[in-house]
Amino acid sequence: MDFSGLINDFGPLTVSGLAQGAIIALFALGYTLVYGVLRLINFAHSEVFLMGTYACLIVWGWFGLNQDSAAPSVGGMLLYLAIGLIVAIIASGLTALAVEVVAYRPLRRRNAPPLAFLITAIGASLFISELTGVLTHRNQRGVPPIIQAKPLLTIGDTTITNLQLLIVVLALVMMFLLDRFINASRLGRGIRAVSQNPDSAALMGVNKSRVIGLVFLLGGLMAGVAAVMYNLKIGVTRYDAGFLLGIDAFAAAVLGGIGNLRGALLGGLLLGVLQAYAAGLFGSQWLHAASFVLLVVILLFRPTGLLGESLGRARA
Amino acid sequence: MSEKANFRENGGVRGWFGRQPTWVRSVVVAVALVLAFLLPYAGDVPLIGPQIVTEGIDWPSALFNMSYYVLLALGLNVVVGYAGLLDLGYVGFFAVGAYGTALLTSPDSVLYADTGWKWLMAVPVALALTMVAGLVLGWPTLRLRGDYLAIVTLGFAEIIRIFATSTTTLRGDRGFASIPHPPGEWGGKPIFGVTDAVPYFWLGLVVIIAVILGVRNLDRSRVGRSWLAIREDEEAAEIMGVRTIKYKLWAFAIGAFIGGLGGVLFAGEQGFINSQTFVLQFSILVLAGVVMGGSGNMAGAILGGALISYIPDRLRGISLGDTDLYEYRFAMFGLVIIIIMVLRPQGLIPSRRRAMELKDREKEVAPQ
Repeated sequence: MDFSGLINDFGPLTVSGLAQGAIIALFALGYTLVYGVLRLINFAHSEVFLMGTYACLIVWGWFGLNQDSAAPSVGGMLLYLAIGLIVAIIASGLTALAVEVVAYRPLRRRNAPPLAFLITAIGASLFISELTGVLTHRNQRGVPPIIQAKPLLTIGDTTITNLQLLIVVLALVMMFLLDRFINASRLGRGIRAVSQNPDSAALMGVNKSRVIGLVFLLGGLMAGVAAVMYNLKIGVTRYDAGFLLGIDAFAAAVLGGIGNLRGALLGGLLLGVLQAYAAGLFGSQWLHAASFVLLVVILLFRPTGLLGESLGRARA
Repeated sequence: MSEKANFRENGGVRGWFGRQPTWVRSVVVAVALVLAFLLPYAGDVPLIGPQIVTEGIDWPSALFNMSYYVLLALGLNVVVGYAGLLDLGYVGFFAVGAYGTALLTSPDSVLYADTGWKWLMAVPVALALTMVAGLVLGWPTLRLRGDYLAIVTLGFAEIIRIFATSTTTLRGDRGFASIPHPPGEWGGKPIFGVTDAVPYFWLGLVVIIAVILGVRNLDRSRVGRSWLAIREDEEAAEIMGVRTIKYKLWAFAIGAFIGGLGGVLFAGEQGFINSQTFVLQFSILVLAGVVMGGSGNMAGAILGGALISYIPDRLRGISLGDTDLYEYRFAMFGLVIIIIMVLRPQGLIPSRRRAMELKDREKEVAPQ
């Protein structure tokens, strides 16, 4: 244990943890949304994210960008960033819809037991990630330097880079938009109704199938944004990137209270920061072990997560 | 009418089997057992044989792989199928069993100077260790339901894997070599050698049969009825006086024990283990096998466990055009899982009770 490392680097660790946590939180929204409505873990959500990371890289590749190219000008940077975001959002959204149609809809028609959904989702996840693995020869793919991380402001001995700020701000904006959408729009009301009581909602004229599709799509959109930010922050992606980060995201969703949007944000940020501290304290190989121990401890005292389950009730 | 009598009136193979007199049933079981023991020679059967056996990996080894997957599926079936506790980190117990054996027997182990045991001596200790691991996992998770339990079990397996990767005692990638094989000699040569996997398969089969008998008896006892009650409705079970905490711990411990058996056998056959063996995808595969085969039914778990090992092994060494299908094995396997579950959401060989429940559920599909 290296307490001096943690204390000396407390500020930088917090900042980088927050940036990582923002990505995890956006990713976790997909789990939470689907769980809130269907009461099912969407195991294939990690591959929804994966498709976002690759789609964005492939399109940047069409513009002649690869990991060795020079950093673009400010205008180019904004353009590429916008293009990357749009492409990743579309790719992730479509993947999420495809997962719903292939792995969930047929089972829902037959009112299959919950475990069956989990297994088809696992099947879809295996299929997508392994196919990606085979097609990329299991190599990692580098990300072009769209944004050069430059120190933006310094507080004490803590520097915050433009990239970290962008990630956190973008995540908060997306969260805010989603929160408004769920709580203030007509479609959002449908989502809340179905998550409270699917049968009553259906009887009141809510199109349940459409709501479920919408929930998958929303989760996909958020994962798409998370995918671009992940690319920029980590700098490489690989066929199993979604799976590994997906475990964090799922843990974050559970930590905050699965089915609860604000819980996902809290859980994500908390998990990101704690992982950064754990890495500082024990070394980075223990990062996941620490986060799982924390998860178990919190669940011992609050068995439904920090903020409790609630997409439908009283409501965040 | 009792439940059992009810099932006997069913059509299908199981209905027929249930109606036969005892001696017919014993003969059928005996023939099935003999055929199972003869499986390593399936390749010699004309016409069908060559289609069944694997090409890229020698057939007895593939059979041994199937046998420990079947063991894992049987153990997970107790946790998921009987007690209804969703465990995504089952490979953790497999790892504890294998590492327990390795620590006690391998010359690479820090304990070697003190222990340096033979395989058989290490088995009970390693199994006791896995049962303790089952209780350690079970105790803090008693209050958790469904998906919360899933993430905690998943975390448990990850923690074990991280320990195996990152601590010097467990040696990470370098792993443990020269783990002794099971004992026994035949005509001056050791039965469990390096080249021939047939004895290992037979050993696995014997263990599987013992596990089937043990679990079947448990399932038909007070323990099994309590599991069923917990699975169907935990609150109701608790109110009716089922000691849910005790029986959930039982399920974890027994599941862990069977998983540990798989690990012990695996370590004894391979002679080498490292942290790469115990990836998380492995437990997810086993879970997929259990549910695909028919959760809550041992025949289903056996079939599912065998399939998750057989399908990828069978695809090994087959090329279509220029591509080796083995590369695509998990992608194809993912597709197969989706297709099977969509066509048979209750699993390939569902438990009878589950199948009847599902029929009821299909009738009450809510408006979409």
